[in-house]
Amino acid sequence: MADVTLDRITKTYNKGQTKAVEDISFSVNEGELFGLIGPDGAGKTTLFRILTTLLLPDTGTALVNGCDVVKDYKKIRSQVGYMPGKFSLYQDLTVEENLQFFATVFNSSIEENYDLIKEIYVQIEPFKKRRAGNLSGGMKQKLALCCALIHRPTVLFLDEPTTGVDTVSRKEFWEMLKRLKVQGITILVSTPYMDEATLCERIALIQAGAILSIDTPQGIIEQFPEKLYAIKAGNMSQLLQDLRSSSLVATCYAFGEYHHITLTEEGEQTTENLLASLKEQHAEVQLSPTKPTIEDCFIKLMQAS
Amino acid sequence: MKQFRAFVRKEFYHVFRDQKTLLLLFGLPIVQIILFGFALTNEIKDSKIVICDYAKDDASQQIIRKIEASNNFTIKKALMSHQQIEQAFKAGDVKLAIIFPNDFYDDLTHQNEAQIQIIADASDPNTATTLTNYATNIIKDYQASLINSQPTLQIRTETRMLYNPELKGTTNYVPGVMALVLLLVCVLMTSVSIVKEKEKGTMEVLLVSPFNPLLVIISKALPYLLLSLINLGIILLLSVYLLDLPVKGSLLLLVATSTLFIITALALGLLISNATATQQEAMIFSLMGMLLPTMMFTGFMFPLENMPIALQTVANIVPSKWYYIIVKSVMIKGLGFSAVWKEVLILLGMTVVLLGISIKKFNIRLA
Amino acid sequence: MTDEVVISTHQLTKRFGDFVAADQITFDVYKGEIFGFLGANGAGKTTAMRMLCGLSTPSSGEATIAGFDVYKETEKIKKNIGYMSQKFSLYEDLTVLENIRFFGGIYGLSDRQIKEKSEALINQLGLASHGHKLVGSLPLGWKQKLAFSVAIFHDPKIVFLDEPTGGVDPVTRRQFWDLIYAASDEGITVFVTTHYMDEAEYCNRISMMVDGKIKALDAPITLKQQFNTTSMDDVFFELARGAQRGD
Repeated sequence: MADVTLDRITKTYNKGQTKAVEDISFSVNEGELFGLIGPDGAGKTTLFRILTTLLLPDTGTALVNGCDVVKDYKKIRSQVGYMPGKFSLYQDLTVEENLQFFATVFNSSIEENYDLIKEIYVQIEPFKKRRAGNLSGGMKQKLALCCALIHRPTVLFLDEPTTGVDTVSRKEFWEMLKRLKVQGITILVSTPYMDEATLCERIALIQAGAILSIDTPQGIIEQFPEKLYAIKAGNMSQLLQDLRSSSLVATCYAFGEYHHITLTEEGEQTTENLLASLKEQHAEVQLSPTKPTIEDCFIKLMQAS
Repeated sequence: MKQFRAFVRKEFYHVFRDQKTLLLLFGLPIVQIILFGFALTNEIKDSKIVICDYAKDDASQQIIRKIEASNNFTIKKALMSHQQIEQAFKAGDVKLAIIFPNDFYDDLTHQNEAQIQIIADASDPNTATTLTNYATNIIKDYQASLINSQPTLQIRTETRMLYNPELKGTTNYVPGVMALVLLLVCVLMTSVSIVKEKEKGTMEVLLVSPFNPLLVIISKALPYLLLSLINLGIILLLSVYLLDLPVKGSLLLLVATSTLFIITALALGLLISNATATQQEAMIFSLMGMLLPTMMFTGFMFPLENMPIALQTVANIVPSKWYYIIVKSVMIKGLGFSAVWKEVLILLGMTVVLLGISIKKFNIRLA
Repeated sequence: MTDEVVISTHQLTKRFGDFVAADQITFDVYKGEIFGFLGANGAGKTTAMRMLCGLSTPSSGEATIAGFDVYKETEKIKKNIGYMSQKFSLYEDLTVLENIRFFGGIYGLSDRQIKEKSEALINQLGLASHGHKLVGSLPLGWKQKLAFSVAIFHDPKIVFLDEPTGGVDPVTRRQFWDLIYAASDEGITVFVTTHYMDEAEYCNRISMMVDGKIKALDAPITLKQQFNTTSMDDVFFELARGAQRGD
């Protein structure tokens, strides 16, 4: 059964002048960890706000737990958990006071659902008398998650929970989400970091208010239409320019240590020629087929659209 | 109910942990009242007065000698007639006139009661009150010295304030400060505290909770209602004990009408918080939109009667004008509900309309 | 990249009371180098960067930026550096050209210089037809590219970039790095912080800050060899894992 369904949702701002999202349809299954992946301004927050009943869509319908986001907003509000992107808790309340407050507001108590947040809460419990404003970024994030979970929601919406957080804290956060999934909570999470996509069960790639693709991360990678190569050489910046000007290369993007390239039809047949001509100008040229990442797919889909 | 309590508790944490807000909340009225207190208690020395003694008997001469001895007064002229007094005032530097009627001593000894008239130039109301008090005290002194021989006698002083009979400015300052402080605190605090939640993103979470959005608003407003009542108490205590300005009418009526006014202000704050997105905006709106009209149109800084009709009409929509009239009537003049029911009704109407609009416009969603 | 040192720090330290935000930082950065400044949240990157920009006086240690002393010559430092952060870059309520004119003006460029250079700049960025549009109405990626170009508009010796590509789409992110490379080719030193580990690879050298100290400093490839791994992610994780403090 689908837990969250969007059917042709469109939303504009400034009386229709600014398009936020257009004709978006997808559904999230019960107990699924679903990722909404896209850069800032893609429309992720707008979708989250529509699903959490904070915004009315211009057209289209959306259901959460079978309830309509417009008509049954009260029901939805008592069932879901939401962590907005700029959610910063009450900085002048202590850890304990924050948690207590949100528990009460959501008609619950810390004791009632302690088992759900226990694993996360024990990590910040030593600081429970500290004001939230004096916590580290990672700890704030954990507290915010506890606050969003304290009433045992059926669906959890996390809008960019890892933005601006360092790699170590990000890894920890995703570990926590995996454990929550085991508890049967449906989780919708958005992120601008493409490398986090593979940590979700299914993902929707979103750009400029439109969905580029929806599938499992593996499925999206398999749909990558061309052969992808990784290439490196001594002078990577020069190599990038040379590859771009080559008629044999279709696309070329820097990907960390390597550049990822796809070749034209002619290029595929004459890979050796390409390699040979590059070796004339570059030292230590290495070229090998490589598996696309979600970011490769995103770029490809972005350009196709 | 449990939610509501938790929410109110949270609001109090916010207030008490924010020293700057507290300072604004309680410092403002105290500073205003104390500043005013200093202005009032400034002793005035060697003020020029004129005396018109129709009696020219023992009693009047003794009182005049006492006045001469006081370092508050310098007797400029001993005038012969009533008509000359007004001329003396118009000429300028004379601030006070004391008039003894014919047969002053006779009245005092035979009827046990005599009258002295004190006329003050009230265009500077502050000075006028102070000088009248000095003069009355001297007369009371004299009366007290006679009490041994004739315990029942009484000298009544009849005071007239020329040019500004209602003494605008002095006693009116306290009701003015009350209106200003209550309005400022309520409007500013409510609007800023609600907008702050919007800005921080916590409002989103509160909206996506089963908590009724209207209760969010009420529980935001309640702490400020209580704090404003405390503020009111402080202002009243200061005015009674520091400024010697007692509440002449019913305290209950004063507190009840003040509560009504506070609710008006809270509704205004709510309206502002609906229309603004950042704390800065809310602050500017509250200050420009509330402070200025209150100063201009309440009547305690600039007399409304002197304004063009158009501006007087504008003043009618400023809630603090009506509250000011009520406080003045109840606190200073000691009048009862029958004297202010019209103003109370107007204020009540404004509150209902403002609350109605702000609740109707309150967003249960974002944007 | 040359051997000319443009940033040089020696045991640079900043204390806030008992708290040592930056602890005896020592490193050199060369002309034209792309220097990645990485670290966990709260490691002290912002504090260190503020000292280097002349915005904060160090508690002890020495540093020269573009040849100027961080204690005495902060005004000269500010003239010779550019700065851009994710949070503040341009005025959203001014147009593209007004922003360029403003920032050119505060760095003391003449009207003629500003006019010539701004035309070249908006043409190069493909913004020629958008010169009179409000910056607030541009897509994030364009804003960030424009902000970078404005930061190097006065030809500074060094440009400091604080998470310049946060939240930007993958294509624009790469275009942004093209601009960084171009600046580096012109001899501008680029000092950059980022949360994207692939971007760490584009740097000539990177430093890793943990708990106020610089725990590692080398070329990405050397660091990977040192930690016996193929990804920068692992290097970061290994180094930051033991961190005691957060922000």
